[in-house]
Amino acid sequence: MTKKTKKGKKSDENVSGLIDITRKKFRWSDYLAEKVIKGVAFLSITIVVLIFIFVFRESLPIFKQEKAPAKTEAIAETQETYGEVTDKPATTDVQETYGEVTDQSNNHAIGDSTSSADKSYTVSAGSGYDDNKSALKSLLTKEWVPVSEKPRYGILALIIGTFKVTIISILFAAPLAILAALYTASFASRRMKEIIKPTIELLAGFPSVVIGFFALMVLASFLQDVFHYDTRLNSFVGGIAMGIAAIPIIFTITEDALTAVPRTFNEASLALGASKWQTAFFVILPAATPGIFAAVLLGIGRVFGETMIALMATGNASQMGLNPFESVRTLAATIGAEMAEVVFGDTHYNVLFLIGSLLFIFTFILNAIAEFYVKGKLMKRIQGK
Amino acid sequence: MIKSFKNNIKGILIEGLTLSSALVIIAIIVVMIAVIVIGGKDQISWEFLTSFPEDGMTKGGIFPAIYGTALLVIIMSVAAVPFGTITAIYLTEYANENAIIAKVIRFAVRTLAVIPSIIYGLFGLGFFIKFVGTEMDNTFLGGQLKWGQPNILWASLTMALLTLPVVIVSVEEALKTVPKDLRAASLALGATKWQTIWKVVLPGSISGIMTGTILAVSRGAGEVAPILFTGVAYYVATLPASFSDQFMVLGYHIYVMTTQSANVDQTMPIQFGTTLVLLALTFILNISAIVLRYRIRQKKSN
Repeated sequence: MTKKTKKGKKSDENVSGLIDITRKKFRWSDYLAEKVIKGVAFLSITIVVLIFIFVFRESLPIFKQEKAPAKTEAIAETQETYGEVTDKPATTDVQETYGEVTDQSNNHAIGDSTSSADKSYTVSAGSGYDDNKSALKSLLTKEWVPVSEKPRYGILALIIGTFKVTIISILFAAPLAILAALYTASFASRRMKEIIKPTIELLAGFPSVVIGFFALMVLASFLQDVFHYDTRLNSFVGGIAMGIAAIPIIFTITEDALTAVPRTFNEASLALGASKWQTAFFVILPAATPGIFAAVLLGIGRVFGETMIALMATGNASQMGLNPFESVRTLAATIGAEMAEVVFGDTHYNVLFLIGSLLFIFTFILNAIAEFYVKGKLMKRIQGK
Repeated sequence: MIKSFKNNIKGILIEGLTLSSALVIIAIIVVMIAVIVIGGKDQISWEFLTSFPEDGMTKGGIFPAIYGTALLVIIMSVAAVPFGTITAIYLTEYANENAIIAKVIRFAVRTLAVIPSIIYGLFGLGFFIKFVGTEMDNTFLGGQLKWGQPNILWASLTMALLTLPVVIVSVEEALKTVPKDLRAASLALGATKWQTIWKVVLPGSISGIMTGTILAVSRGAGEVAPILFTGVAYYVATLPASFSDQFMVLGYHIYVMTTQSANVDQTMPIQFGTTLVLLALTFILNISAIVLRYRIRQKKSN
């Protein structure tokens, strides 16, 4: 009702001139709503930027420390560094805070883990500053021994382990998911489609810890019985389990890409005398390759950053070998396993954040490629330009 | 003749190959569900669901973990759903599809969706706990440690960031199903743009917002990596009473019971039971989301 009366008034006022009717009246509520909505929408951009800044910020001390000639100056520089990066007003304040957090969290972490962890970490809070130089040097070595008299942070073995698991899982998941998507898009009856699609969508809803549990309890023993290898938890088991997690992503995006291929392609091919499978394999599939490529890239991204399955099913021993039946330790699992037990602000802590930055950058690039390169190509191909 | 016969065989083989890969995937899903249901069904009882762990977590129930999970997803939804909905409204109602701003926001949303969950955990630690929390302690509590450590508020907010894209995508899809005619009619009656959105578009897409919320809740209930170091605890004797308390979660409970427990074999029934509870929870949520979404799509195609 109110709307109508308002409208009536408005038109009464505007009877005099046509121009006034077409001109919009300025309203504060609308103006504010639009501004607020726009502001909130920018939040997602802000979050991405913040994630990058804050994850990277915590890994910075490793690089900064190296330049400092003397120990005392090194500490002074840290203060400055924190201040600079964070834009916080009082640098001394920050330094104090870090100290405090370090102490308490240390107690806290130990208190937390004594009941559970069989490994007792003895990390001294003061060891950080001497280590940074050697830490940076040891980054590109093979040995990941963060907790020892002489800690070494070689992430090479972790990187290789991560890639090994990723390759295994994609080799397992991609063919299965793509072929299944091809079936649902090209061959399946309506009824089959309605069974297959929701079921695989359901798999996307499986918590990774549940898949990890399944891999740890059942899959590991089953695969060991089949392949007769020594270590029960290894990159092969982890790879298969992560592949299960990646299947719904690859399937869904591939299926979308396949159904996005214009119907005319299909009809033209059939009209030329090609059979159904020939059309599916030689017309539809090639037309959708950029989309399938994107699907595989996003699947890789999912596996690359998967933490819980890696923690539970890969065995978590950092080894360089290329044998798929060896235990490995992935980058994400390393963060997940060790972050709760390190001292805040310690070199080990910074290195873990550096690994996090690596993961972030890698998945960001993968996503960017999937987004821009692939999409452009797909559009071109389908529109025939 | 022979050629076409060969082709036929090939066709059947290839169709069979694609069909069998679909069946393999479904078989994996069925086996997983079956194993967990068979392993855990004897453990499920009213007592298991409503009592605390006992004897160093080798006996007793999982009530604190269920309670913690529920609290986590509630706080998370309160944070994620409004922001996600508003972002979706901006993208569908206000932003010009080809404007660079809208494209950047879309890219940001998709980036948020693919960032590994462990990175959110690192961000929660670096931003919420060490930056916001520590600042809050310094300004309000004079440096006393309260917010600058892991707790349920930071964990929930971290999880909210993770589930934000889920909400945005679902709501956007639902907003698009509201017919253009309805918007035009509302505007033609003299309603402003905001009135149109508030009174016409949003009520028409309420099921989409619900789908988004359900999917976000199911994702949040299952994720463990983001809260590993932002608030979850191995064992707490009391239920979380304030935002600054630590809490237990089903997923983390499974993880610690299977990998950190001193006696894995003895607690096997509890592990299966907890996994079954978590799986059943996410299942119910997901199925209802799928049904809702299916209805929205039906509506769209009509």
